[in-house]
Amino acid sequence: MARACAVLALAVSLSAFAAPALSQEHEPPPPPTNKWSFAGPFGKFDGAQLQRGFKVYREVCQVCHGLKLVAFRTLAAPGGPGFTTAQAAAFAAEYQVKGEPDDQGEVKDRPGRLADTFPPPFPNDQAARARYNAVPPDMSVIAKARGYERGFPRWVGDVFTQYQEQGVDYITALMQGYKDKPPAGVTIPSSSFYNEYFPGHAIAMPPPLTDGRVEYTDGTPATVEQYAKDVSAFLMWTAEPHLEARKRVGMQVFIFLVVLAGLLYFTKKKVWHQVELHPEELKPRPPSEYPRA
Amino acid sequence: MSGHPTYQPQTAFMRWMERRLPIGGLVYSSFVVYPTPRNLNYWWTFGGILAFMLGVQIVTGIVLAMHYTPHVDYAFDSVEQIMRDVNYGWLLRYLHSTGASMFFLAAYIHLFRGMYYGSYKEPREVLWILGVILLLLMIITGFMGYVLPWGQMSFWAATVITNLFSAIPLVGESVVTWLWGGYAVGNPTLNRFYSLHYLLPFVIAGVVVLHVWALHVAGQNNPTGIEPKSEQDTVAFTPYATIKDTFLLAVFCILFAWFVFYMPNFLLHPDNYIPANPAVTPMHIVPEWYYLPFYAILRAIPNKLLGVIALAASILILAFLPWLDTSKVRSARYRPAYRQFFWAFVIVCIGLGWLGAKPPEGNYVLFARIFTAYYFAFFLVILPVLGKIERTRPLPNSISESVLREGKPIGAPAPPPAAAKV
Repeated sequence: MARACAVLALAVSLSAFAAPALSQEHEPPPPPTNKWSFAGPFGKFDGAQLQRGFKVYREVCQVCHGLKLVAFRTLAAPGGPGFTTAQAAAFAAEYQVKGEPDDQGEVKDRPGRLADTFPPPFPNDQAARARYNAVPPDMSVIAKARGYERGFPRWVGDVFTQYQEQGVDYITALMQGYKDKPPAGVTIPSSSFYNEYFPGHAIAMPPPLTDGRVEYTDGTPATVEQYAKDVSAFLMWTAEPHLEARKRVGMQVFIFLVVLAGLLYFTKKKVWHQVELHPEELKPRPPSEYPRA
Repeated sequence: MSGHPTYQPQTAFMRWMERRLPIGGLVYSSFVVYPTPRNLNYWWTFGGILAFMLGVQIVTGIVLAMHYTPHVDYAFDSVEQIMRDVNYGWLLRYLHSTGASMFFLAAYIHLFRGMYYGSYKEPREVLWILGVILLLLMIITGFMGYVLPWGQMSFWAATVITNLFSAIPLVGESVVTWLWGGYAVGNPTLNRFYSLHYLLPFVIAGVVVLHVWALHVAGQNNPTGIEPKSEQDTVAFTPYATIKDTFLLAVFCILFAWFVFYMPNFLLHPDNYIPANPAVTPMHIVPEWYYLPFYAILRAIPNKLLGVIALAASILILAFLPWLDTSKVRSARYRPAYRQFFWAFVIVCIGLGWLGAKPPEGNYVLFARIFTAYYFAFFLVILPVLGKIERTRPLPNSISESVLREGKPIGAPAPPPAAAKV
């Protein structure tokens, strides 16, 4: 009886909660889900895509957004964009980073080296605010720092499908979510832009991408959609540089554990066989006296 | 627990040792010949799993501590550096962060198992109370650990939770300042949380020793809830319990590995990858999933002080369970009415967990209040009354009898010999 009541209460509560969820008009729509090469248990980064995304980052994003946790050497590390060490060093040399004190104690900027991380685009938050009217977030881990509510029951399904790409799906949608003017009845501050997917819709960042803005040399279409996907994939790599190793080791661990659990199951069955077959003969006994099969 | 063989040291060294420190005999009597009820089901394997999880958390935590920097300016980046530059640092960190969730999952299963089978009843009250202390220590340790990465959720969780103490009349504000080590959550707060987060797991390990000691004095409960009466009712801990525990531990590790390797951020909040910023409050401050039921209880009460009292009471009330439940029968197997209320209680706890993740508005608050009322009524009204009025089903005479008549209602005529299990 009580159980029936509880089930009923749960059903009522579910229907009651569905209503407010539907009535929230200004909630951004969920970003469309994309197919990512790094999704799922066998996921791997697409090196060419990461290289294109890196190009988009360098030519568009990095004016305002830093990657302070990313070292140049990792551009040539396994499981990443797959640049050669020489290429990575050449990229590093294009940046001016703060140097070490010289003999006179003077600190001068010097070209970046492999061991350096990407230098910040602005010296401090105040400088950024003066220049951009907002502080553009560092993008090192942004693919993990953004997401959206999956809601019940989708999040339960996510446990089985291993859907972990909320962040990149959101960034991809955000890059394409700009509208020239807000829909009727919605007003946003004059210094901001309307974006369908941004929480609150008023984003300080102007639309960063336009078709053809970044030149692709490998025949990939130079469209906003493609840029958005490529730079999102790149940001997934900056956020999780060891993603490939993690999934590879994971599969090894997984296979090991499944085999181990299987063996243990049959061992357990054999050990307990005696208990289930001749329960009346059971007595605690030292290991040396265990019945042999 | 007499009647089982005593330890015979097999080597000269162990014979020498046994006369000086009888550790071999202790292990032998506690983990080899120790009699365990033969009818323990898989819900009884979570104690071992919890011991394993404590070990995982301590080992990964010690190595993480070698690389972590407890300073407001470096903590966030140092955690990221562990994941990027330390060999297998990503594995250590994800094992530790996912391990916390798995630890709580196992603890809650262990706790509900104890409630279902009446494992808290005489003579296991102290064993049970030690378990409640362990839960409380886990909650405190887990919370402090969550603060250490110094992301947005870390900072704001620390702010919200420490602010609860300001509800204490008269001295509340002073207590909060004392906890913070300043006038806001800051570097001293992070430092002391780190220190305590390192200390408390060893306190937990100490209480676990007491918990296991109490268990070995009182003996394990079992699904029938009646005490073993003869040697036929028990089997030796090794190999029987050991192999069963090990098998389920392996299965549990499969679940653990699933999250660690494939979805390590599923159980974390994206906002905690944003460095802590005292000037920006996140839209929804939510704790980790394992605190959500308590968080829902806190927010269900409109008065801050009463809410804090309800929060504390929701955990502490568990310690009084042995005396709140007045029934003479332990196991829910023979308590048909209790069983219904128990499952309703489980659903209410899950429901509270779900409500804890929702904003405190509209129907959510209403349901949080109804569920909170049931949560406390379960302990304060249902259990004391039910024990007096419930008509329990007849108990088997012994564990063996219940096993031999597996699936047959107790009291029904014994099956004819031909049909007996061969």
